[in-house]
Amino acid sequence: MRNWLLPEYIEDVLPAEAARMEQMRRKLLDLFHVHGYQLVIPPMLEYLESLTTGAGQDLDLATFKVVDLLTGRLMGVRADITPQTARIDAHLLNREGVTRLCYAGSVLRTRPDGLAQTREPLQVGAELFGHAGVESDIEIQHLLVQGLQSVGIAGLQIDFSHVGIFRSLVKNAGIAREQEQGLLAALQSKDKSEVAELTTGLPSDIRNALLSLADLNGGIEVLDEAQQRLPSYVEIRQALQDLRHVAQQLQDCDVLVSFDLAELRGYHYHSGMVFAAYAQGYSGPLALGGRYDEIGSSFGRARPATGFSLDLRGLATALPVAENGKAILAPYADDAQLHQIIAALRAAGEVVVVDLPGHEAHRAELGCDRTLVKQGSAWEVVTN
Amino acid sequence: MSQITIALSKGRIFEETVPLLQAAGIVPAEDPESSRKLIIGTNRDDVRLIIVRASDVPTYVENGGADLGIAGKDVLYEHGGVGLYQPLDLQIARCKMMVAVREGYDYTAVARPGARLKVATKYTKIAREHFAAKGMHVDLIKLYGSMELAPLVGLADAIVDLVSTGGTLRANHLVAVEEIMPISSRLVINQASLKLKRSQIQPIIDAFAGAVTPGK
Repeated sequence: MRNWLLPEYIEDVLPAEAARMEQMRRKLLDLFHVHGYQLVIPPMLEYLESLTTGAGQDLDLATFKVVDLLTGRLMGVRADITPQTARIDAHLLNREGVTRLCYAGSVLRTRPDGLAQTREPLQVGAELFGHAGVESDIEIQHLLVQGLQSVGIAGLQIDFSHVGIFRSLVKNAGIAREQEQGLLAALQSKDKSEVAELTTGLPSDIRNALLSLADLNGGIEVLDEAQQRLPSYVEIRQALQDLRHVAQQLQDCDVLVSFDLAELRGYHYHSGMVFAAYAQGYSGPLALGGRYDEIGSSFGRARPATGFSLDLRGLATALPVAENGKAILAPYADDAQLHQIIAALRAAGEVVVVDLPGHEAHRAELGCDRTLVKQGSAWEVVTN
Repeated sequence: MSQITIALSKGRIFEETVPLLQAAGIVPAEDPESSRKLIIGTNRDDVRLIIVRASDVPTYVENGGADLGIAGKDVLYEHGGVGLYQPLDLQIARCKMMVAVREGYDYTAVARPGARLKVATKYTKIAREHFAAKGMHVDLIKLYGSMELAPLVGLADAIVDLVSTGGTLRANHLVAVEEIMPISSRLVINQASLKLKRSQIQPIIDAFAGAVTPGK
């Protein structure tokens, strides 16, 4: 019998780690709250079609599926909460102005994913709907930076890209859908020899521009270089200008800013600037975000949108091991004065554990660093 | 400065990588062929090498076990290459992925759309996609080595394997009948490493790029 065995890449979060993850979750949600982001709690599962349209169109293979015995329809366990918030904004809230939403919840992935290599990420994120300008991108980016710093991530680097650049090259060169897919994959892996092979028939300025994209990564100098090496289409000029602007806005935030114009993650639903947060000690991105206008249209109402999300389990992987919390051991006694003192300590935020009779030998397991002791007629907290 | 870890495999890839490393000012402290160590230092304090199986290089680099690695296109194709940057074709360890059959086997008569073939290979993804593109059904038999045996003992009609000189094929009375793709080794880079350790990694990429001998 191995009833204790969990599936691969599915794990319990034990007390010390759980306490820390919960603290991080609260800090992030409190931060979102004071910025006016309203919490939503979308369902764990939905009809498959609503999960895999719009921002979720790359998620079909990542989504666990079950048959709804009430309707016979296929349902999916959410692999990402972002499309759910887009559905809520487009279809349920129906606000005309700016809507700010946030969320925290478990999602499931059919294959291990992300920093924690888990199939059950704990996704926390914030999304801003209804504003198309770069101002809302900046708001979201600042919120991300502040959030990561508030949970103790140091040495943060934000890496920017803009899918509008590649899209504009594709549009101007009239590149066919199939070739676009190939180029997309080649650029994502900066595979220049593959890009060269795929672009042999294209006009030389477009070809050179696509080849340059693979090299255009690094600090702010990348934007100057891009200006020289890429054609001066309106969309490209605007994209570069927006990137320059957001970089300036992050100057005083104690983060490094970098650019990677071949980063085309989520190209199918992203519509503008995209960004990823990296930090020393982490072998992949901590948080991903970007603009995804028009996604609401699959739910009946197109709305500009930008946001980010992160996996709390992944975030916790590189932080130092959490210390055991401090706690006070109180004897079990029928003493009104003792009960009063315990209540007062708890009200002040102290953890007070009652020493139930019969388990005196296992007191150490309770992890208490202090004890309530009766000294004469008064109860006092004594350090162990 | 942070530590840079480069994943390499023993044998041909290692031998042909040494001159590239030299161009980047990196000299291995030991020869992995004679040393049993899996982590090998270099003349540079901030650079070390790890010796892994060729097919494991993408896995180490993808998960951050190494920042850089050198892997054949065959290995990358089978792995999928997702989550890796592969900016440079190093033009080393060059060979071809080919279909080979027993001498006297009429491959052209068999290789028609709709036909069904038993194929033994280590490279199941490459084989599956190659034959699917030709409109043929294949039953794949995954082997881990000595593929040349499979057609001889009737295990398979054809094999898909790397061919460099063709010596092993000839010695076993097999002939290569179709080229699937040219293979050479690529520099692969962990995505986060390129972002976070750029000032150390970019000079290595540039030195490698400068030392690559262009292929035919």
